[in-house]
Amino acid sequence: MSIENLKTFDPFAEADDDTGDIKKVENHIHIRIQQRNGRKSLTTVTGLPAKFDPGKILTFFRKEFACNGNKVNDEKAGEVIQLQGDQRKKVLDFLVDKKAGLGLNPDNITVHGA
Amino acid sequence: MENEVQDQAERKASRKSVAFTDEQLVVETDGSITIMSAAEEPKETAQSHTPRTPPLSAALEAFAVADPSSQAAADEAAPPEDGGLDLSLLKKKKKKKKVEGAEGDAEAEDGAAPAEDGGLDLTMKKKKKKVKKAEGAEEDEFTAKLKQLEVKDTEDAEETAPQDAGDMETGTGVWSHSESKTIPYTLLLSRFFTVLSQKNPDHSLSGTKSYKIPPPQCMREGNRKTVFANIADICKRMKRTEEHVTAYLFAELGTNGSVDGNRRLVIKGRFQQKQIENVVRKYIIEYVTCKTCKSPDTELNKGENRLYFITCNNCGSRRSVTAIKTGFSAQIGKRKKMQG
Repeated sequence: MSIENLKTFDPFAEADDDTGDIKKVENHIHIRIQQRNGRKSLTTVTGLPAKFDPGKILTFFRKEFACNGNKVNDEKAGEVIQLQGDQRKKVLDFLVDKKAGLGLNPDNITVHGA
Repeated sequence: MENEVQDQAERKASRKSVAFTDEQLVVETDGSITIMSAAEEPKETAQSHTPRTPPLSAALEAFAVADPSSQAAADEAAPPEDGGLDLSLLKKKKKKKKVEGAEGDAEAEDGAAPAEDGGLDLTMKKKKKKVKKAEGAEEDEFTAKLKQLEVKDTEDAEETAPQDAGDMETGTGVWSHSESKTIPYTLLLSRFFTVLSQKNPDHSLSGTKSYKIPPPQCMREGNRKTVFANIADICKRMKRTEEHVTAYLFAELGTNGSVDGNRRLVIKGRFQQKQIENVVRKYIIEYVTCKTCKSPDTELNKGENRLYFITCNNCGSRRSVTAIKTGFSAQIGKRKKMQG
């Protein structure tokens, strides 16, 4: 017997524009930016696929972007990577890059913020 | 043949030095390969010509083998016949570790093939920046060539200019009744579009004309607040409620704010007009324009079950849009507040 609430299928998920396929919500990656005091800012990456180890990605980011960062376990968003400074472009490049990065589908990634 | 193999072996050995120093391989017009030091401090002595000058095809092949690390750049390779420089090594350091020799060979050969056309690649222009780093005679030659190219470009532009003489409306120049010269295609095309917009203004309005809203006016209020002054005006143009736009702005910018007495929006954080403009543009793409006909003449209403729907007034299509969601927001400062 299956419990209705525990099914992974989400009937209210966004359907894809062209194919009508329903994407899994947890696969959609959001890259956001938050302003801090002064000219400082914070980049957050949420919704990374579970098959990647967030810790390893974080260490790579820290080394590659020369910034500090940490990962936070959020109730709603799951594992969230926080990075110091505006790293949105670099993060996006890394996630999309097929050779040196994770090679994810750019359609599943949204970059927020101005 | 044996000699060639030896050459390749030698090159492979030299590749190591290329990989870990800042030296670069340069193929010259005559097909010889030079190893140059890349640049920060100009060292004349670092330039050393290889003793042999193999035939061009051999050199090309050797080049392909010797330099797998630059395979990505070689895809858009600068043709050696033109004395073009290939200075692609600088950026690729990281990838080198991952590239396997054999795989690199194959790809590099692919890249080298179009070089034999001898056609001048556009990519050379892109590489201008890197080229500046190199010294030596090649550079002068190369810049001269570039200049030539540029001159050509400007000449091309000038050529078409004088033909524009004559006014279409009054029927002078090319357009005069007795004129027997053939009218060039570009002029005919421009005539077509002017006539089209004159006779049928609606057509250009709905299709090609861009949707215009006034640019957002942003002022700094104090040090850490931004005032978005004409949000009411913009919302009226887009036919959206201010609340909806505000909610989107806040979600997208990751801040919050309030509305002041004059219905201006006060946003926490420093934002420039350009940034706000970008967000408004995103909003228009997502919540205003019709996906089917691209018309901005749409309405947003709440559907039956808490979903928002956009109805197009132009083509009548109806689609649902995502609700505005504020995503994860990190705790910034104020640790005391968090504790209790």
